[in-house]
Amino acid sequence: MDSLLAQVFTGVSAGAVLLLIALGLTLTFGQMGVINMAHGEFIMAGAYTAYVVSTIVASTELSLLIALPVGFVIGGLLGLALEASVLRWMYARPLDTLLVTYGVGLILQQVARDIFGAPAKEVPAPSWLDGSIPILGYDFPLTRLFIIVLAAACVAALLAVLRFTALGRQIRATVGNRDLAETIGISTRRTDRATFFIGSGLAGVAGVALTLLGSTGPNLGTSYIVQAFLVVVVGGIGHLKGTIVAALGIGLLQAFLAHALTGSVAQVIVFLAIVAFLQLRPQGILSVRTRSLA
Amino acid sequence: MSMTRIYPYVGWLLLALALLVLAPAVLSDFRLGLLAKYCCYAIAAVGIGLAWGRGGMLVLGQGLYFGIGAYAMAMHLKLADAGPGGVPDFMALYGDATVPGWWEPLRNGGLALVVILVLPALVAGLLGLAVFKRRIKGAYFAILSQALAAAFAILLVGQVKTTGGANGLNNFQGFFGYALFDPANKRMLYFLAAGILLISILAMAWLYRTRFGELLVAVRDGEERVRFLGTDPANVKLAAYVIAAVLASIGGALFVPIAGIVSPDDVGVVASIGLLAGVALGGRASLLGPAVGALLIGYAETSLSEAFPGSWSYFQGALFVLVILLLPGGLAQLLGMVGRLNVRRGNSVDDHSPRGVPRGKQGETEVPRSASEEAAAR
Repeated sequence: MDSLLAQVFTGVSAGAVLLLIALGLTLTFGQMGVINMAHGEFIMAGAYTAYVVSTIVASTELSLLIALPVGFVIGGLLGLALEASVLRWMYARPLDTLLVTYGVGLILQQVARDIFGAPAKEVPAPSWLDGSIPILGYDFPLTRLFIIVLAAACVAALLAVLRFTALGRQIRATVGNRDLAETIGISTRRTDRATFFIGSGLAGVAGVALTLLGSTGPNLGTSYIVQAFLVVVVGGIGHLKGTIVAALGIGLLQAFLAHALTGSVAQVIVFLAIVAFLQLRPQGILSVRTRSLA
Repeated sequence: MSMTRIYPYVGWLLLALALLVLAPAVLSDFRLGLLAKYCCYAIAAVGIGLAWGRGGMLVLGQGLYFGIGAYAMAMHLKLADAGPGGVPDFMALYGDATVPGWWEPLRNGGLALVVILVLPALVAGLLGLAVFKRRIKGAYFAILSQALAAAFAILLVGQVKTTGGANGLNNFQGFFGYALFDPANKRMLYFLAAGILLISILAMAWLYRTRFGELLVAVRDGEERVRFLGTDPANVKLAAYVIAAVLASIGGALFVPIAGIVSPDDVGVVASIGLLAGVALGGRASLLGPAVGALLIGYAETSLSEAFPGSWSYFQGALFVLVILLLPGGLAQLLGMVGRLNVRRGNSVDDHSPRGVPRGKQGETEVPRSASEEAAAR
């Protein structure tokens, strides 16, 4: 029982990390069809933001809480810059954005290497996240719990924005039917930019959170990006719920398999399971129903 | 035969002269060895040109097939070095000094060659059937193929005892009876790689002009129309994907004796996208573009890394951004522009050969949708 509970917790916390990363991706992929490989480097930028904030703010108790919004803005601004400089010219051929953004990611990695050096940086965790609390008899590390709460908060905030604000309505309209949204006077260009800001900002937040789990290096993002894209693909396009289910599902599956087998074999099986799953549901867990041929 | 039909063959002849006559005459043994390595990448690039340039499938995970060929060859060379019944050196180091059963078939050189040619075709065939028949395409296909390359690299790292783990397999002594430290044999390997590269380009030239080649381009530019016309696009894509996989595997197999090492770094996500760089630069849909681009990229990587360490990432990144953004047809598109300027003064343009971007990717196929198609989309 204890070990089962431990697997569930490990799975949920791994799923929460995946969810934090995939939230921003699913927004931009769903709305614009842009496959942003530089998303991983926005995560890295968020992590380095946490590092820089921790060197400026003396109190380790507060630096994490300050770094979260700063990381959001830094990630968002990077996303805006990417959209305005490169991606706006490429909406007609979305598949090519993958390679362009990969190139941008390579450049950002090298920039980080030149600024911060290749060795990984440690960001001190605040003392209020030290230790663990017992849940149902299992000692749960507070850092992991914090990430789960953070992911839940981000999902809730995003859902609230999409549901209740004018911007959210515009985003939903643009995802639903871009041409029709334009005809009722929504500036889809502006909406695209706002979506990109939010999506990339979430990557920054994810980066800040990842400093709690390990050290920060220039390659931080590349280790997560492939899995995050799988979450987006499995979740289906245009539905946050699908992404949530996919992230938690993949996290749990991996945790249980890694417990039963070795970590590397577990990852391979997860990948194969995803290919098999897409056989059953090529459109993902949830997707907007269309009869389009494309 | 019009002039535009002949140009590619002139280009091929020039490339053959450069690779088989010029390079061996002027390059040192060390540089020739490097060029041999680039040729291996170029062989994989030729396949990517077929699948991506002509077929519109963004194959992000060719490292998987490159790796299958490379590891099959490396295992055979290791077993051959160890002699009949012997155990490769690294296995004694990491494991219990027994050769696992699935290595044993590779002891036989002929069987190893069969594995190099057949295994990638089987894997690509199964995956392609699963993916293309379910009409998984575009970004979904790209992400899946990338994930498979990532999974393969992770698997290799995890199985230290049987694959050498993160260090990979290295320190090969012989290649089918030829000692690898002998410079004459190294030159022979170069000619082998360059020869196979040139042959594979010729094969593409023939393939592009067959019915299959035409169908492949048609599938790229309007998959639904091909379906409506009564041909299953999945079969066409499958064939192109399998050929690309086999070419990548051949490139990988030649890479091992030439580079003297294969490690998970050569098959993972980064290596797989690296293979695309040359294809994008040279011109994904052109005949010679992928190979020439891959050779250029290999040369640029070596010389830039030698001159300014660290600058290669900037260069490769900028290359992806600039080429794909501004010159989606690669250098071949540039040549085409120059050619068209000349042609405009004389006779009319023969725009038959799709050198540049897939037309559908430029948003053209979106426009001429018929009313019934529009209705079906609702």
